[in-house]
Order: sequence, then C-alpha cells, then structure tokens
Amino acid sequence: MEYVIEMLNIRKEFPGIIANDNITIQLKKGEIHALLGENGAGKSTLMNVLFGLYQPEKGEIRVNGKKENITSPNKANDLGIGMVHQHFMLVESFTVTQNIVLGKEPRKKTGTIDIDKARKEIQELSDRYGLRVDPDAKISDISVGMQQRVEILKTLYRGAEVLIFDEPTAVLTPQEIKELIEILKSLTREGKSIILITHKLKEIMEVCDTCTIIRKGKGIGTVKVAETNPIELASLMVGREVNFKTEKKVAEPKENVLEIENLYVKDSRKVDLVKGLDLNIRAGEIVGIAGVDGNGQSELIESITGLRKARSGVIKLNNKDITNLSPRKITESGVGHIPEDRHRFGLVLDYSIGENIVLQTYYKKPYSKVKILNYKEIFNKAEQLIKEYDVRTPSVYTKARALSGGNQQKAIIGREVDRSPDLLIAAQPTRGLDVGAIEFIHKKLIEERDKGKAVLLVSFELDEILNVSDRIAVMFDGKVVAIVNPEETNEQELGMLMAGSKVNGMGEANGK
Amino acid sequence: MANKRLITFLIPIISVILGLIAGAIIMLVSGYNPIVGYTALWNGAFGDSYTIGETVRRTTPYILTGLSIAFAFRSGLFNIGAEGQVIVGWLAAIWVGLAVDAPMIIHLPLAILASVAAGALWSFVPGILKAKLGVHEVIVTIMMNYIALFSANEIIRSVLTDGATTTEPISATASLASPWLQSITFYSRMHYGILIALFAAVIMWFIIERTTLGYELKAVGYNKHASKYAGMNVSKNIVLTMVISGGFAGLAGAMEGLGTYGTISVMSGNINIGFDGIAVALLGANNPFAVVFAAFLFGALKEGAGEMPTGAGVPTELVDIIIALIIFFVASSYIIRWALLRFKKGEK
Ligand SMILES: Nc1ncnc2c1ncn2[C@@H]1O[C@H](COP(=O)(O)OP(=O)(O)OP(=O)(O)O)[C@@H](O)[C@H]1O
Ligand SMILES: [Mg+2]
Repeated sequence: MEYVIEMLNIRKEFPGIIANDNITIQLKKGEIHALLGENGAGKSTLMNVLFGLYQPEKGEIRVNGKKENITSPNKANDLGIGMVHQHFMLVESFTVTQNIVLGKEPRKKTGTIDIDKARKEIQELSDRYGLRVDPDAKISDISVGMQQRVEILKTLYRGAEVLIFDEPTAVLTPQEIKELIEILKSLTREGKSIILITHKLKEIMEVCDTCTIIRKGKGIGTVKVAETNPIELASLMVGREVNFKTEKKVAEPKENVLEIENLYVKDSRKVDLVKGLDLNIRAGEIVGIAGVDGNGQSELIESITGLRKARSGVIKLNNKDITNLSPRKITESGVGHIPEDRHRFGLVLDYSIGENIVLQTYYKKPYSKVKILNYKEIFNKAEQLIKEYDVRTPSVYTKARALSGGNQQKAIIGREVDRSPDLLIAAQPTRGLDVGAIEFIHKKLIEERDKGKAVLLVSFELDEILNVSDRIAVMFDGKVVAIVNPEETNEQELGMLMAGSKVNGMGEANGK
Repeated sequence: MANKRLITFLIPIISVILGLIAGAIIMLVSGYNPIVGYTALWNGAFGDSYTIGETVRRTTPYILTGLSIAFAFRSGLFNIGAEGQVIVGWLAAIWVGLAVDAPMIIHLPLAILASVAAGALWSFVPGILKAKLGVHEVIVTIMMNYIALFSANEIIRSVLTDGATTTEPISATASLASPWLQSITFYSRMHYGILIALFAAVIMWFIIERTTLGYELKAVGYNKHASKYAGMNVSKNIVLTMVISGGFAGLAGAMEGLGTYGTISVMSGNINIGFDGIAVALLGANNPFAVVFAAFLFGALKEGAGEMPTGAGVPTELVDIIIALIIFFVASSYIIRWALLRFKKGEK
C-alpha cells in the first residue's frame, strides 16, 4: 500500500516528560485518519513534529515514500503539508485575501503585490471546496467558523496535499461542525489526505476511515473505523471502560441562589444582546443553557460575573443584589466561573500552574500574609489540585503555556470547583477534553450540586446539556424562551426551540 | 528550563561582546588602533581609584532609572518619562536641601523622600490618564519630559535664585557626599547614593517577586483580561505601577542633586539619564539585579569614553556608537537565541 505520510517510531522529549515515545502513524492517500488520545497524550506534539515546529529526538518521517527531514513549517509547506491549528494565526485587521497570501504574495512584473490575481485564485479554491469564504471580508468581522476556513484556504493556497487539523471542532457550533464535516469530505474527494485530531468519537465514526490511538505518549495501535465502535475506541484510549451516560440522583432543589430579572446587556458593538432575560437557579440543581451561539449566552455570563456591565435589570445572589459589582466582589460573594475562552480569561499563560491556581485567592491567607506571598502554601495547594483533577504536568512550577489544551482546562476547573462557590458557572467546561476527563468533570459538577450548590452550565453540546442538567433553559434572541425538563425532551425538540419556534405545552411554567 | 535561563543570561553578555567587536572594526576602518582605543577606555573607567569612584558615581543614577523603566515594563507599561521624573526629583531634593533647616537625620531623608514624591507625582499624571481615559502612556510621558525641563529651568531662575543659572549648594545636612568615599577614591565625587541604589534594586526584586502587588502587576502585564477576570483592579494597578516607577526615577534625581552636584543648574536640553535608563533596562532584561550590572557597564563605558580622545585620539562619539551597537544586538536577541540553539543542537 502506498502511504503519503509515514511517521515511524517518533520520539519527542520535553524537559521532564516524554511527549511521544516510539509512535508510528501511516496516512494513506485520500483518507481521513483520526488521531485519538487522552489530554496530554501527545497528539499536538506529534503533529507539530510533522509540521516542522519540533524536531524529533528519534524516528523517521517519510513523505510519499521518501525520507524527509522537516526542519521548519516552510519546509513542511514545500512538501505539501499544511496545518490548521486550534488557535488561529490570523492578522485581525487584514482581509481574508491579505491573510492568505501573507508570506507568499503573487507579484506583478513591477514587483508590487498582484492582489487581484490572489483574490481570483482564492475565490476559485473556495468555490471548489465549498468553503464560501468572502475574499474581501476583514478577519475581525467574520465568525470563528469562517476564520477556520480561512486557515484551511491558507494551507490549500500553499499547495497542501496533506492537511492536519488539531481539534478543529472544539471551537465550532454544531451547525458549523456539520459544515466542516462536509468540507472535509469534499477535500478528500479532491484527493487530499487528512489527519484529524478530535475528542469527539461521534465525529470519528462519521468521517474517518482509520484511527490511530495513543496513550500517555505511546502508540496503542491503528484500527479501521468501520470495524470498531465508540465504546471500544474510548476504552482503547483511556485503558478502561468509560461511562457515557452520567449517573445521578434526582435533584432536590431548595431556595433560589441566583435570580435574574429583566436583564439587558449590550455586546461590544453596543447592541443589546441580552434583552429582558429572566432566570433563576436554586441550590442543589444544575440548570443548563441551550442555545445557538450568539444569542446572548456569553454576555449573560459576563454580566453575572461582573466582566461586563448590565444596562438594566437585577441580578441577585442569595437574595443580595450583585448587579454591576466588581468581579472581585462578585467572586467573594460566592461565584465561581469556568470561562469559555481559557486563554483569554482563564489563565495567565506565562505564570506557572501554581501561580494560576491562586489567581483569585492569592491575596488571602494562607497564600499570602500582610501582602507577602507564601509560595510554599501556593505550590502545596497546586500539588493537591493537580493530583485530584489529574492535571498532567511535569510539575507545578511548569508554565501554563507548556500544558496541553485539555490539561489547562482541567487546571481551571480544579481551581474553580475547589473553591466550592454557591454558584458555579461552567461555560463550555468540557471543550477540548477527552471522554475520560469529561466523565470526571460531569461527576464533579453533580457532586457540587449534591452538596447544595447551584450550577449554571452553558454548552453547545446538546448531549452534555441533556445528560447533566436538571432543568434546561433555552436561550433565543437574548431571552429564555423555554424551560424544559431533560427527561421529557430530546435533541430535535431542543433544536427547534433554539431556532426560535414555539412548541406546544412547553414554556416558562415548567420548573418555576 | 535551565537551558532557557542560561540563554537569557548569555544574550546580554554576547551582545556586549559583539558590540565591542563591532566597535573595534569601526575603529580599524576609521584608522584608529582598537587596542589602544580600548586600553584608553579601560583606563578611563578603571585606571585608578579616582576613575573607579567616578564610574560608580555615574552608575548610581543609571541603576535607578533602569529600575524605573524595568518596573513599569514588568507590568506592560512603557515609561519614557524617566527623564522628566529625574528632573523633578532632582529639583525637589535641592529645594528641600536649600529651604529646610534641620539636623541631618531629618533633613537628608526628607530631601530624598521629596525626590521620590516628585517623581511619583510626575508619573501619576500619565498613569491616571492611561487608566481612566486610555491615553497612551508613551505620548504623555514624552510631553511630561518637556514640561519638567522647562518648568524646572523657570523655577531655578525665578524661585530658587534671582535670575542665576545655578542654585547655591545645599546645606551639608542634606548631602549624600561622603568625605570617606571621596578620600579613598582620590577625591572623586563618589557618594553614599550607590548604597541607596543597590537597596532600591533589592526593593524592586522584593515587590515584583514576593508581594501580592508584584503578582498583580505581572499578571496585568501578561494578560489584562485574565487579571480582570481574577478580580484585580487593572486601572489601579496601572496608576500604581507608574507611580512606583516614577518614584525610582525621582530618586535618581536625588542622587545627582544631593550626591554628585549639591546644586541644580538650568538645563539647555535633555540630561539623558532617563533615556539611557531605557537601554539599561533592556540590557538587564528587566531583572533588578541584572539592571545593576547593566547600569555599571553603562557607567563604565560613559566614564571611560572621556579618556578616549586624550589617550588614543579616538572621538568619544565612538563609545556612543558601541553602546548603540550593544543595544542593537540585545534587541536582535532573537538571532542570537537562534544561533545558540543551533549551536547546541550541533553538539549533540
Ligand atoms: N512546549 C512544551 N514544553 C514542555 N512540555 C510540553 C510542551 N508542549 C507539550 N508539552 C507536554 O507534552 C505532553 C503532550 O502534550 P500535547 O499538547 O501533545 O498533548 P495533546 O495530546 O495534544 O493533549 P490535548 O488533547 O489536551 O490537547 C504534555 O504533557 C505537555 O505538558
Ligand atoms: Mg492538543
């Protein structure tokens, strides 16, 4: 069999950790090959090796059967390898075309950039693969899903035959995921080969041909997707059985913890995105918010946590008005927040894990006394949390930046849940986590609930919302348009409610 | 990790060496003997106890302006206004030195504090404008430099003197001059200020690395959004950073006023201690102790430069070129870092 890419017995070490230990992956032409593994298993590292960002200590890479030494991303591009990173690398103030040609600009005879030629070429590529990208749009004006397509175009424009996707669906909404999957299929129809990193087994089952599994840096094996099932994949990856259905008792909600009345919040463009929202969450229940991205969920959370001012309305926590207080006052009155964007809000990437663990508590005893930090206490706490939450890191002194995406997320969750706040807000908490970690996080959320805390869960994953919530609030156009019981609904019905249509017999009455 | 540290440590040193080599080449090309030139530079900086004393004297304010800029930089702020803060600090110290009558134990600390307060006040303005209105601190601090220069000149002429260009010397009770240090350095102008400057480096290290304030300042410098999320008051931190940074620079003014000169004179233009501090902070990679070494290097180069025309016939401007080259190499540290990593790979 002819392989387009072969990575044979690759080994890559980082200080204190072997990220890739003798891993082999072989990619056939025209296939979609999944790369599956727990958080920190070494997937991104392996792909960064292939893309020339890291040099392996051992092993061999072959492109179309020929041994190659990929010393830089430019070399990878020359060999027809392109990569779509999880965190996009685009210039916000440039147009799509400008971003795509950056570093590879077509020239006119006079030496100036031939932007018209570039635009035409990009339009052609976009049409051919069904990407529907506007070459003249500014990056800052287009959605995350569109930005991802610009990244795809960037690789195609550079002549990529092999495309690497690192968790492309983690940042997308369900609708965008559907579209991406169509794009992936059309890419392979045109003869491209794809390596896809994802934690979502459903996606692997849907589009992939083969799947290579790695566990703790070691290659476990490669299976044909047609001959396997999600349960088997999960247990291969984690090394034990994984429970997909979260076990939980019936909720015993008590008094109101959070009460929101007639809330209005503007977004950064000064347009109301939350428009007269009412919501309450009681002690001992998990309320899930279902909604299509952009219907005011982020603004709602930011206003509860004090990161954004509410224009009008009242937010009460334990019967105390907390509307428009400072983030610190709100945190201190008992709110924890797992933010949606972990790199922007959740972590100071240049701080160590230990320093990040005390991000909201550093000024309190025992982490500091008379304004002087006690690093021993700080790192002790961090040691405890990384054990409890299985954060895989060489040490608590390692910079947050060096952790794998999923392990960064686990550190944040550990920090927020450990404070055991009266109201825990979890926004896309399991984004980028492996199935084992998701199971664990869900358990933790339910544990908090059983301790009598209120939990607000926002997620685009309807599975997650249906599995974990005790009540589901559907958000549409800045309002809660329906409250439904997860036992009595399903994805179809939720989908319709989220699109703004009314369903008979449902409504605000439920659960209030 | 250890490797990265080592590289961070090596970069300034390699930059200095490269700067000196490039300077030698320039001397050769312009027809001077670099060995004679550098010997003169060395003698000018460390030739005898007098020049050593003068080198230390020059180093003292550089340490403080270097710390000032490094401190602001750790929080992501660019304090171009150290120059003006030095001037107001100098002026305030002299003013107190002249106007107050008190025993040394009160008078000297008072004059020093006045310089710190003046520098802090001067940087409070750009700080508050940045925090409240988002006005970029670089623009405001540059403007404040001119305001400081011309106001100080006017005050010297019409308040501190009757139209003269230099004030009376301050009273001995406010002076940092040290007859003992002078006597062991053959009557250089070396003064006790060096101890204050070294102590200030320790203070900065302590604030940045050990206090909750330092934790907040660094967090704001690294990631404003996460700091806000964590409940830190970003505006307050901006103002506080600027104020502390200005305090260090103001103190540098006291070194000149209370230590070296004992007077203040009308200035025709920039005194450059503040601007050179930017280079010192850059060379010291914003680390307080490295800043001390960088300041010492600058002090030595500037002091030694004086000997180059007489000792070797080389114009002093050449030293400015060497300093500029060193900064150039530090600024292009990326290339050095890359070369070092390459070199290490090759070894393996
Ligand atoms: N630049 C780096 N410096 C030090 N260690 C690193 C670096 N990058 C990754 N690591 C470590 O290597 C291991 C593998 O990380 P990698 O990012 O490849 O994981 P991953 O499989 O992509 O995980 P995730 O699913 O969470 O994204 C982790 O333990 C991580 O901490
Ligand atoms: Mg990864």
